Amino acid sequence: MVDASPDTLSGPQGPRPRKVLSRRNIFLYGTLFVITVYYALPLYVMIVTSLKGMPEIRLGNVFSPPVEMTFEPWVKAWSEACTGLTCNGLSTGFWNSVRITIPSVILSIMIASVNGYALANWRFKGADVFFTILIFGAFIPYQVMLYPIVIMLREIGLYGSLGGLVLVHTIFGMPILTLLFRNYFTSLPEELFKAARVDGAGFWGIYFRIMVPMSLPIFTVAVILQVTGIWNDFLFGVVYTGPETYPMTVSLNNIVNSTQGVKEYNVNMAATLLTGLVPLSIYFVSGRLFVRGIAAGAVKG
Amino acid sequence: MASERPNQLFRNGSAKIAAIPMIVTALFVFVGGTVWTVVYSFTKSGLLPRLNWVGLDQYERLWATRKWLVAIENLVIYGFCMLVLVFVIGFVLAALLDQKIRFENTVRTIILYPYALSFVVTGLVWQWILNPEFGVESIVRGWGWESFSFDPLYNADIAIYGVLIAGLWQGSGLVMVLMLAGLRGIDQEVWKAARVDGIPTWKTYIFIVIPMMRPVFITTLVLVVTGIVKLYDLIVAQTGGGPGIATEVPAKYVYDMMFQANNLGQGFAASTMMLVTVALIVIPWAILEFGGSKNRG
Repeated sequence: MVDASPDTLSGPQGPRPRKVLSRRNIFLYGTLFVITVYYALPLYVMIVTSLKGMPEIRLGNVFSPPVEMTFEPWVKAWSEACTGLTCNGLSTGFWNSVRITIPSVILSIMIASVNGYALANWRFKGADVFFTILIFGAFIPYQVMLYPIVIMLREIGLYGSLGGLVLVHTIFGMPILTLLFRNYFTSLPEELFKAARVDGAGFWGIYFRIMVPMSLPIFTVAVILQVTGIWNDFLFGVVYTGPETYPMTVSLNNIVNSTQGVKEYNVNMAATLLTGLVPLSIYFVSGRLFVRGIAAGAVKG
Repeated sequence: MASERPNQLFRNGSAKIAAIPMIVTALFVFVGGTVWTVVYSFTKSGLLPRLNWVGLDQYERLWATRKWLVAIENLVIYGFCMLVLVFVIGFVLAALLDQKIRFENTVRTIILYPYALSFVVTGLVWQWILNPEFGVESIVRGWGWESFSFDPLYNADIAIYGVLIAGLWQGSGLVMVLMLAGLRGIDQEVWKAARVDGIPTWKTYIFIVIPMMRPVFITTLVLVVTGIVKLYDLIVAQTGGGPGIATEVPAKYVYDMMFQANNLGQGFAASTMMLVTVALIVIPWAILEFGGSKNRG
C-alpha cells in the first residue's frame, strides 16, 4: 500500500491532464458510487431497523428510514432478549467475550512474539522444522483438530471454561502471529542485535530492551488482528464453552435464531449491530494498520 | 547469526525455552491431533472415541448419506461461484481504485468494512435483507413488478446463492486489498511500454499485468480456498443449514455428527475428507512455491 505520490517533475511529462467531467470520469465515479452504496447498505439497514418500533417495521420495508426513533430495541437487546432458556440479553455474552478476548490477545502475542524473536535471531537446530509444521498447521481445517482438543482440555480440566477457550485461541493464533513477528524481527538491522550481544546482553535483555521498543507498530497490528479475530470467532466458542460462558457471537446467534416467541427484528438487528460494534470501531479507528494485518497473512515468509 | 560451533542441547537454551509453546503446538495439536482424528476415522466411535476398527465403513456410510452429498454439492457450487466471482469483483474493484481516483481511502474503507465483521453478523444481516416479507423481494414488488420472486432463504433450489451473496459481500474487500497491493507493485514502465505499443487497456490487464501478478493471485487463491472449506458460521447464522438440508456444508456436517448426533466416527471421517481436500490444494501450492528454493528460511 504505497501512496501514489504527486509527480514532482518539471516540464511536459506524465499523463495528459484530463477534463474533470470527461466521459471516463463520469463512468468511473458513477460505478464506484453504486458499488460503495451497495457495500454500505447492510450497515445502513442494521442501523435503521434497530431504531424502528415493531409496528413500523411491519408497515415498511428494510430500507425505509425510521419515522419515530426509539432506542428501546437496543436496551432490550442488551439486557432482556431471550435465547430460548434465559432472558439476559447480550450483556452476559459481551462480558464473556471481553474476558475471553483480553487474556487471549495478551497471551498469544506474548508467546508468538518471543517465539518469532527466537526464530529470527537465535535460530537453533530443528527450529525450521517446527516452524514449517506450524505454518502448514494453519491450513488444516479446524474440524480435524476439534475433538482431540476437547480430549486435551478435558484432561487438564479446562473443557467448558473460559480458560480453555483462551488456550485454544492462543494455539490457533500462533501460526500467523509467529510468522508476523518472525518476519518483522528478521527485517530489523542485524547490527543492532550484534552490538547488543557484544555489550553482553542476553536473550531476554535484547528482547525487552531492544526488540519490543522497536516493534510497537507490529505489536499494534498483532493486537488488531487478534482482537477482531477472537471477537468474531464462533466455532471455538460454541464447541469449547457452555451456555454460561458463551461468547457474544454465540449468544447473538442463539437470540436471533431462537425459534420461540415472536420475531422482533428490531431487537435482532440491535443485537447484531452491538456484536459488530467492537471490530467495526477497531477497523474504523485503525485504518491502515488493519489492512497491514490482513496483508500480513498473505505475505509469504 | 548462529555460529558454526558444535551443537549442544543447552546451547541457546533461552531460545529453546521460548520455542516450547510452538513445539508443543506443532507436535501435539497439529500433527498429533490430525493423526488422532485420521486414525479414529477408521473406528466405530459413537458417543465416545473407542478403538474398535471397522476399516472404511465410516467412509462408505459417509458417501451414502444424503446430507453429506448435499453438503459436498453445496460446497462445490458455493466454492466455484465464490472463487470466480470474488476474483472478478476483487480485481475489477482494485483496477477501478488504481485509476488515481479521489476519495480512494473512503471507497476502500467502505468496501473492506464487511471483512471486519464476523460471519455471524454477516449471516444475520443478510437473513434480514433477504427476508421476502420486508426485504428485497417485497421492495421490488412494491415497485410494480408483482411477480418478482427472490426468496433464497425459503426456496431450497437457490438457498445456497443467498449465502453466496453474503459471502461475497463479506470477502470481496479482502481480495480487492490484496489485488490492489499487487497492482501497485507493477512497474509503471510496463504501462508506458504497453501504451507506446498501442495495446488497449483491457488487453494490457489480461495479457501483461495479470500474468505478472501471479504470486499475488496464488496466495490469494490459497487464502480464499481455505476460507471456503471452513465455511460454517455463515451457514449457521443465515440459514441454519435450511430450508431442510438445502444449505448444509461439510464443516457443519462434522459439527452436527460430533456434538449433536453422538456419531464421532462419522465426524472424524467427514473431517478427514475435509483435510484431504485442503491437502490436495495446499501441497501442490507449497511444492510450486517453496520446492525450488529450499535454502530460504
